[in-house]
Amino acid sequence: MDIDLITNILYATIRTGTPLILIALGEMVCEKSGVLNLGQEGMLLVGAVIGFIAATVTGNLFIAVWFAIFAGMLMALLFGFLAISLASNQVATGLALTIFGTGLSAFLGSNYVGIGLDGMQPLAIPLLSDLPVIGKVLFQHDPLVYVALTLFALVFWLFKYSRLGLKIRAVGENPEAANAIGINVQLLRYAAVLFGGAMTGLAGAYLSLAYTPMWSEGMSAGRGWIALALVVFASWKAERILLGAYLFGFASILHLVLQGTRFEVPPNIMAMLPYVATIVVLVWLSSDAVKTRLSAPKSIGRPYRPMS
Amino acid sequence: MLKLEKRPSDSRLMAYLSPLIAILLTLLCGGILFVFLGHDPFAALHTFFIAPLTSVYGWTELGIKVAPLLLCAMGLTLCFRAKIWNIGAEGQFIMGALGGSIAALQFLDADSRWALVPILLAGTLSGLGWAALAAWLKTRFNANEILTTIMLNYVALNALLYGVHGPLKDPEGFNFPESALFADATLLPVFSDDYRLNISILFALLAMVAIWTLMARSWVGYQIRVLGEDAKAARYAGFKDKQLTWFALLACGALAGLAGVSEVTGPLGQLVPQVSPGYGYAAIIVVFLGRMQPLGILFASMLLALTYMGGEMVQMEMTLPKSLTGLFQGMLLFFLLATDFLIAYRLVWRRQPASHSTTASQA
Repeated sequence: MDIDLITNILYATIRTGTPLILIALGEMVCEKSGVLNLGQEGMLLVGAVIGFIAATVTGNLFIAVWFAIFAGMLMALLFGFLAISLASNQVATGLALTIFGTGLSAFLGSNYVGIGLDGMQPLAIPLLSDLPVIGKVLFQHDPLVYVALTLFALVFWLFKYSRLGLKIRAVGENPEAANAIGINVQLLRYAAVLFGGAMTGLAGAYLSLAYTPMWSEGMSAGRGWIALALVVFASWKAERILLGAYLFGFASILHLVLQGTRFEVPPNIMAMLPYVATIVVLVWLSSDAVKTRLSAPKSIGRPYRPMS
Repeated sequence: MLKLEKRPSDSRLMAYLSPLIAILLTLLCGGILFVFLGHDPFAALHTFFIAPLTSVYGWTELGIKVAPLLLCAMGLTLCFRAKIWNIGAEGQFIMGALGGSIAALQFLDADSRWALVPILLAGTLSGLGWAALAAWLKTRFNANEILTTIMLNYVALNALLYGVHGPLKDPEGFNFPESALFADATLLPVFSDDYRLNISILFALLAMVAIWTLMARSWVGYQIRVLGEDAKAARYAGFKDKQLTWFALLACGALAGLAGVSEVTGPLGQLVPQVSPGYGYAAIIVVFLGRMQPLGILFASMLLALTYMGGEMVQMEMTLPKSLTGLFQGMLLFFLLATDFLIAYRLVWRRQPASHSTTASQA
């Protein structure tokens, strides 16, 4: 294996891991506040299609990204209204959001299938990008890769050092107690859910504007679901999400590694790998079920309605 | 002011009214959507929901789509009753279609109807086997079944694609990703040569009655219900929750697998990449909409089947995208979850002085 191939593999790993980082970070914040949003896949698809349509119509990728973020938040608001205000079953509501988002995105994008788009161009960071190997691997990405890393730092800081992070955790651990000390549980949960929607919308934009600049039905290919597993894998820690996302990114592009070797496998079989890897991870996690249970937010999935 | 108040006990009436309100709201929203698309809403809704059923042919086509939905939904009911969130009917359906097709391709020269038996069996067992994986992952490793079944759906889809692009591709098929056409003898018998409706609808109705009896009359059904209502109580009573989980998932997998193989040996007559238009996911909506009751599920699968036909209808007649189907299905489920709120809560109109209401809320 020559150095160019290794460089390309690492480069592709980071690109593939980026949407997972965004979705998983958003979902982690959401789950920390006690809300399990299984609608990631739906929000992701809607973000992707809205971003793509906005880019085609306006020709401006920057505006398109904001549209995608906004679309993700709107979807999250819908979920939030049901799951937070109406105290609906979060599992069923999340599934509904995914089914609805899949349908909605297919409908909205039906006139945009097969249209080409000049996607996001890499933004080479001066000087650093000239370094051998790591220059290409780390510093020649499109802007959203750096945005994702910035957001990672933000979320990391949020739960490590900020009061707000502490409040979110309080709401997710014990909403009654949080309410008793004057935290507005519903408001904070809405904020967390909307943040999750924005992150997933952004991930959608990344898919349809940067990763593969095009729209096709169901193009997210289960990334929303994989990200959900990733949050569990990371035991609700931002730094482990980063690591996990790149590991999954690597698993998804393993066919690049095998290309040209005698282990070449049909593409559809290779395509199973991220899903099989997710199952393996879930199994492996369960060997440590106690730890998973301890690190999970206590009130996850439990609706809370203040007495009124 | 208008206030939400928790009901002393859940409203049974609302439980049955809520799906109807959800359907009405979906129609209302659909109408508004058609206005935005520049169509007369009444004409468009008529084309979507009424026009497909104005002929005998339309009703038989509905039956073709009701069969897989009903089969998958009855299986899912078992799981959901036990609070096993099996989202894997889609994958089990696909594996049924795949396994059944592999068997059917061994009988391309068959001229006996008996060849159907091993084919249907192969499909059913493939679906069952796929669900067994999920059951094993859940009972042995306690892995979250929502995520594992969804991942298995994607794996199944890729297995299907591998099959039609690879070993199962028709060598004389001009390189299309499709299997060879199955022998006539290995296709499900139809009721009349004028229509495509085949005996899979009987399988579905039979499954409905069987699962109904099982849930309402049998010891296993009782245990499943208790497990779903209160897992702790079930374990305390000595019910073997792992065995029940296995049973619910395997039954669901078998039914979904039967639905899958019935699709390829029925209206399709061969294995194609788009073997399922999302029946396994739509069946989830069917179960919720049908209140996990057999008759409710029957009506709900008819409605969901109609959304598929409506989508095709508006595409043909009004050049609107077929994907309206998924949109209507999604709206339906959303509105249902929203109106289900009224089962446990009620809206009350109460006039109160502002100061009084604050003291009341603190009390």
